[in-house]
Amino acid sequence: MAKYVTQRIIYMIITLFLIASFTFFLMKIIPGTPFTKADKLSETQLAIMKEKYGLDDPVPVQYANYMMNLVKGDLGVSFQFDNVGVTEIIVKSFGPSAQLGFQAIIFGTIFGIILGVLAALKQNTWVDYGSTFIAVLGKSIPSFVFAGLMQYYLGVKLGWFPVAFWRGPEYTILPTIALAMFPLATAARFVRTEMIEVLESDYIVLAKAKGASWFDIAFKHALRNALIPVVTVLGPLVVSLMTGSLVIEKIFGIPGIGEQFVKSIQVNDYPVIMGTTLLFAALFVVVILIVDLLYGVIDPRIRLAGGKK
Amino acid sequence: MENEKIPQEMFSPVEMDATKSEQISKPSLNYWQDAWLRVRKNKGAIVSIIILAILIIMAIVGPNITGHGYADQNLKHNNLPPRIPVLENISWLPFDGELTRKNGDTYNAYKVKHVDEYYWLGTDSLGRDIFTRLWKGTQVSLYIAFLAAAIDMIIGVLYGAISGFVGGRTDNFMQRITEILIGIPNLVVVILMIIVLKPGILSITIALTITGWVGMARVVRAQVLKLKSQEYVLAARTLGLSNGKIIGKHLVPNLAGVIIINTMFTIPNAIFFEAFLSFIGLGLQPPHASLGTLIDDGFKVLQLYPYQMIIPAIVISLIMICFNMVADGLRDALDPKMRD
Amino acid sequence: MEKILEVKDLHISFHTFSGEVQAIRGVNFDLHKGETLAIVGESGSGKSVTSKAIMHLLPESNSEIKQGQILFEGKDLAKLSDKAMQKIRGKDISMIFQDPMTSLNPTMKVGRQIIEPIMKHQKLSKGAAKKRAIEILDLVGIPNPEVRFEQYPHQFSGGMRQRVVIAIALACNPKVLIADEPTTALDVTIQAQILELMKALQKKIDTSIIFITHDLGVVANVADRVAVMYGGKIVEVGTVDEVFYNPQHPYTWGLISSMPTLDTEDEELYAIPGTPPDLLHPPKGDAFAPRNRYAMKIDLEKQPPMFKVSDTHYAATWLLHPEAPKVEPPEAVQKRKRQFLGLKEGN
Repeated sequence: MAKYVTQRIIYMIITLFLIASFTFFLMKIIPGTPFTKADKLSETQLAIMKEKYGLDDPVPVQYANYMMNLVKGDLGVSFQFDNVGVTEIIVKSFGPSAQLGFQAIIFGTIFGIILGVLAALKQNTWVDYGSTFIAVLGKSIPSFVFAGLMQYYLGVKLGWFPVAFWRGPEYTILPTIALAMFPLATAARFVRTEMIEVLESDYIVLAKAKGASWFDIAFKHALRNALIPVVTVLGPLVVSLMTGSLVIEKIFGIPGIGEQFVKSIQVNDYPVIMGTTLLFAALFVVVILIVDLLYGVIDPRIRLAGGKK
Repeated sequence: MENEKIPQEMFSPVEMDATKSEQISKPSLNYWQDAWLRVRKNKGAIVSIIILAILIIMAIVGPNITGHGYADQNLKHNNLPPRIPVLENISWLPFDGELTRKNGDTYNAYKVKHVDEYYWLGTDSLGRDIFTRLWKGTQVSLYIAFLAAAIDMIIGVLYGAISGFVGGRTDNFMQRITEILIGIPNLVVVILMIIVLKPGILSITIALTITGWVGMARVVRAQVLKLKSQEYVLAARTLGLSNGKIIGKHLVPNLAGVIIINTMFTIPNAIFFEAFLSFIGLGLQPPHASLGTLIDDGFKVLQLYPYQMIIPAIVISLIMICFNMVADGLRDALDPKMRD
Repeated sequence: MEKILEVKDLHISFHTFSGEVQAIRGVNFDLHKGETLAIVGESGSGKSVTSKAIMHLLPESNSEIKQGQILFEGKDLAKLSDKAMQKIRGKDISMIFQDPMTSLNPTMKVGRQIIEPIMKHQKLSKGAAKKRAIEILDLVGIPNPEVRFEQYPHQFSGGMRQRVVIAIALACNPKVLIADEPTTALDVTIQAQILELMKALQKKIDTSIIFITHDLGVVANVADRVAVMYGGKIVEVGTVDEVFYNPQHPYTWGLISSMPTLDTEDEELYAIPGTPPDLLHPPKGDAFAPRNRYAMKIDLEKQPPMFKVSDTHYAATWLLHPEAPKVEPPEAVQKRKRQFLGLKEGN
């Protein structure tokens, strides 16, 4: 097991290294200058700026510097805000994003699982159709459309929720729901399929033959087995959270990483773009690793066989 | 035990041909006929196909119906709400040209601005006809999605099929590449590519396909590997069927299923990503329109002129829902394992 | 002998895409106290459906008991609610399934799977149930039951898993045990062990067994009586000796002729021609007629009733009608009969 984990971590580092290099060289071939209001700067001013940010050095030197700093956790300096470190910006905006993401995944998966289980147990009834309907909507309607409409109708028109900003728990409700729709839909669909399959399996028939009650069969026997494969969609779900956070933080004016990222794109703040990209990539890779390890923890068959891998 | 009289004649032996009982009376349907029967039973999928067909037709002819060009500006006629002849008289329909002020008053924007023309779906902040822009945008979004899906399909199928068929070291090497690519979130790749390439129809398409094909390649490879070792393929080989026949008779129909299903899921995904990119400021540049840029423009004035966002939002949601429904329906129909 | 279970004129249909499949078309049998009744037949003959119907384990969505009764201790199980049935399943009637590899919950410890029915039906405390479970594990021949109690199914071999399944089935000393091909998925040597175990346990806890199988060799080994099923009906029923050595139905003849014996050296093994009937469109007459070498006109017109051969032996074939021509059973069947009679006289 330890060997497997080490091996996976090495792979992870290689992937991250490749992504970092790729990101760096992509940024190098981007045409134009990275400075805001570059047109208004004189030649000398530009030169000073370039020197200040080390853009004069030969590309390999810049690359080496960048990588060295990366290892130290230094992602460079933002062009947008003078002398503010990218790491600092990210750390500062990490809180709201993390909270939003966490709330959304908890809310989304729990409700998704409940919907999926209900749909599977009440197959081909209105419960099933209703759950499927919600799932199709959640999977299909882009989160920013959903968020925009919720903001307008529930926030502006009805005034039930704050329209924007991040000033307390009530401000998190609409963004959380908007961000949770995709995980909710995915979990609901997936759990339904798995649950139906499990409910048809031999060991469920045996449990019935033992005289187990409907409740015991659904929750003691079926649910755990149905939930194991759900872990595999956690990866895509986390990606959906990252994607969603960009637009939803923009819509609700949440001072998180996503909003920062969108702003950086609009003003060509390359260091921030690069830093955030790397952060997303790292998060993704780590989540995939955790998912694989988690899978072993939940499924006793893998937990014990894992040592032999 | 009943002891009714049965004529002696009935006890005369009859010649039975046991092979007759082995005849299969049910007409045998081929894979596609069977799949079509199943899709047809899925009402959601059928309705979705019809809606999609209408939307595609509108995307082609829609931009030319009103006579307004999609880039024609008329600042005097800006921000007009939808108004449709006849329907404007039905008060509960939002086609009467009325707007609501912040204080709750309603007023007819057409009267205030002295506009006699009818803009069916209203105009945007530059006075461009939303009806025309909507269908133009749908056209562009669908174009990007279909193109991206087609490229994904070609690269993915070739890559996956070669990897699976050739096997051995080639497969191993090709697998390592896809493993690395799958480890990179496509969100990151797409954004970086757009920043490098500058937004445009082609660059968005390229950005979407740069890692998009990996999913298809993996599915196709897995399917090829599975089919290669399948007993009926071995049996066909043992019976002396030529490779060409095996590919044509067994592999293509089975591969076609997964390819179609996968493509059907790629299209809505591409539509979503295009809109997403527009929304974070990496979309098409004006005056070009896509569903994404329309939603983005509409969002900016959502509180004053909600119709400007709601209209494209409805269309994109419809497209996404319909494609997902059709894809789900096809998956259920083409994947024999899921049959009840 | 006391009847513990009675199945009367049972009809079961499945509703499928293509139409109504009449899987069971009028099945009658009794199960006596303490006996083992084997139900034999090929795939699709309805033997498993019958057993699942007794347990209420048929899929609710597409199956239907069209008519008939399943009488157990005066109750008609066919009409019992699911809730009431839960109290009988695992307590009075239990079941063993074909594939031990899939019939245990992979994510639940074996011990918990055994104590579940004990706690539910016997209302024992967890500790007492555990004690009982370990006793049963020991009884079914699992070494180190205390250790095994805490393990997961994948840590058991196939034969050991089937022992666990048997332990679960016997946990509450059921009055009836339905074994649905319990040895089919196992290696031959393990098969023999499991059969021995079942025989031994039956004596110990005095249960009646319905043993479903397609393997006649197994039947001879374990059963007291045999019911032969074909096309959703019982075509012959009798004691093991009667069915094996004096079979009356041409289908039974076919089954017996196709069974290898020690002295079938160079004779070709017999195979029944044709395929089982399509129960989507069941034939008007005898379902076996199309494959029957001795078929008569009446076979195509009318389904044969059960003709009495002896007090315990019945068969549904028109050949037993007084008007029917006398036919000789196949040579293999006659040979067995001669050997059997010879053996009897020798005693």
